[in-house]
Amino acid sequence: MDHPARLSLDLDLPRRAFGLTLTLEVGAETVAIVGPSGSGKSSLLRAVAGLVRPARGRITLGDRVLFDSDRGIDLPPERRSVGLVFQEYALFPHMTVRANVAFSRGARVDELLERMRIGHLADARPRELSGGERQRVALARALARDPEVLLLDEPMAALDPHTREGVRGELRALLDELGLPALLVTHSFGDAAALAGRVAVLESGRLVQQGAPGELIARPADAFVASLTGANLVAGEAVGAEGGLTVVRLPGGALVYSGDQLEGAVGVVVRPSEITIAREIAPDSTLNHVRGPITSVVRLANLARVQVGGLTAEITTMSLDRMGLSEGDDAVAVFKAAGTRLVPLGRAAAEG
Amino acid sequence: MIRSRVWFGPLLVIALTAVLVFLTVPVLAIFLETTPAQIVRKLGEDQAREALWLSARTTGAAMLLIVAVGTPAAYLLATRRFRGRALVITLIELPLVMPPVVAGIALFAAFGRAGLLGDELGALGLSIPFTEAAVVMAVAFVASPFYIRQAIAAFEAVDPVMVDAARSLGAGPGRAFWRISLPLASGGLTAGWALAFARGLGEFGATIIFAGSLQGTTQTLPLAVYAQFESDFDAALAIGGMLIVVSAAILLAVKLGSSWTTRLASPSTSIFRGAPSA
Repeated sequence: MDHPARLSLDLDLPRRAFGLTLTLEVGAETVAIVGPSGSGKSSLLRAVAGLVRPARGRITLGDRVLFDSDRGIDLPPERRSVGLVFQEYALFPHMTVRANVAFSRGARVDELLERMRIGHLADARPRELSGGERQRVALARALARDPEVLLLDEPMAALDPHTREGVRGELRALLDELGLPALLVTHSFGDAAALAGRVAVLESGRLVQQGAPGELIARPADAFVASLTGANLVAGEAVGAEGGLTVVRLPGGALVYSGDQLEGAVGVVVRPSEITIAREIAPDSTLNHVRGPITSVVRLANLARVQVGGLTAEITTMSLDRMGLSEGDDAVAVFKAAGTRLVPLGRAAAEG
Repeated sequence: MIRSRVWFGPLLVIALTAVLVFLTVPVLAIFLETTPAQIVRKLGEDQAREALWLSARTTGAAMLLIVAVGTPAAYLLATRRFRGRALVITLIELPLVMPPVVAGIALFAAFGRAGLLGDELGALGLSIPFTEAAVVMAVAFVASPFYIRQAIAAFEAVDPVMVDAARSLGAGPGRAFWRISLPLASGGLTAGWALAFARGLGEFGATIIFAGSLQGTTQTLPLAVYAQFESDFDAALAIGGMLIVVSAAILLAVKLGSSWTTRLASPSTSIFRGAPSA
């Protein structure tokens, strides 16, 4: 455990719609792969575990080769030192919690039960457990084998929304403490950002961008990454340059400015928290103003998401109430050119 | 419209009553025509005692064979997809629809002295027809499809992810089968076992052709019922009554057992389930 082995992947996975090609290195860190369902995320984990055979490529863990199509190496799952936490956890329903954790014949069953705070559930059956408890059993079971790498398939998907937040924090703490290379796949950028130090976005069978969650939010490589991170994405047309900025015409006719240099059909990306709502355009430094009626107001605790001219702004309910604005009122969405990103937009992406 | 609404419900009730009467009156009649004391006394007689012991031996041996060979065969058919799989399943199911007498003739044609494999068996000094081994073969031939069909369905109902999980936890394919697939399919396997056992215990047509009806050697309970039918009707009734009690006990045990295992594991384990998917 002093030197966690490094996981390296370089493989082609055949899929129904399109092949999945991917190169990835995972050191002693948590990497999240985010992509829509059907993008081959689960197959990727299954390939690392030895449950699916890649069409081509190489998987190594430290100096051990798990799979190499050129050399004809394909270790069966039971001979790979890989801990896989399945989607929905796949606990053995006919066994107690203890028997599930002891299945891999690891020596530290009691220690793991205590560590994962499921010691009191040792004699319970999986169907008697809550979602969070099941996840802890699945983690204990995967860790009982002393794996050199931990794989998590949609670890949060089977949880109730109200327990998710707490479980996410616990899981993050556990992953940090383990110090193992961990690879998790999820369709939720929020879960990925909360759990992983590095996020890789999978789209149409390839990695389109990887980096720290903050980098992806700040500088999305394309429209898909932008919408995944929860940013506003509005299709527009770059119509010229002014003062070193790109001028983009939005569908409603409004002109907005961005520091990014791009031509033709572009997606304008702005994070909701970087947009403010005003009644009138104020004489300040902000360049971008989109005017329109408020089309929706959704309040979530002390924040409100207000939609104006196709853009969603996230503001506090306090400021919303102070302005006395509500649905149907005319307003202006205000945001800085410096916080406005441009991404290339294909014809297909413009639809979404 | 009103008329059909008035009549529809009662029509269903009448149909059910007719079915129930038709199916239960003959069974009741056996027990009204004989008494428990008489059953016990008649079963004490040589012919019945020998038939009972022979049936227990041959059915037991056949069931052992069916489970030992049929279970791995069914597991293969349930977990692998290959060309000709549907044909293999259909061939296995053929004895289900084949008249038992024809099954007896077929066994004779294959394993009889003048049959397809007669010379080979003769060279080994083996003669199968009219022996206890012939009874076991006849029972295994007609009863095994009941078990294998059900076993395929039971293994298909086990979530493959469970086996994947076992493999990722260090279990080889054999251990994953023993510890995961087999226990999770146990409800369906037991149901199939019971169906095959009931079919095997009642086996008549194939046995009488291939093994004959030699008291003490090949005369099983159903053959004894037939033999006694003309000479000693009370003995036939007594043996019949006992067979009904045994069959009903099996049915009850499986129904109770399957509802218990259904609660334990997830796959449905209804005793009569659909055909395995082709």
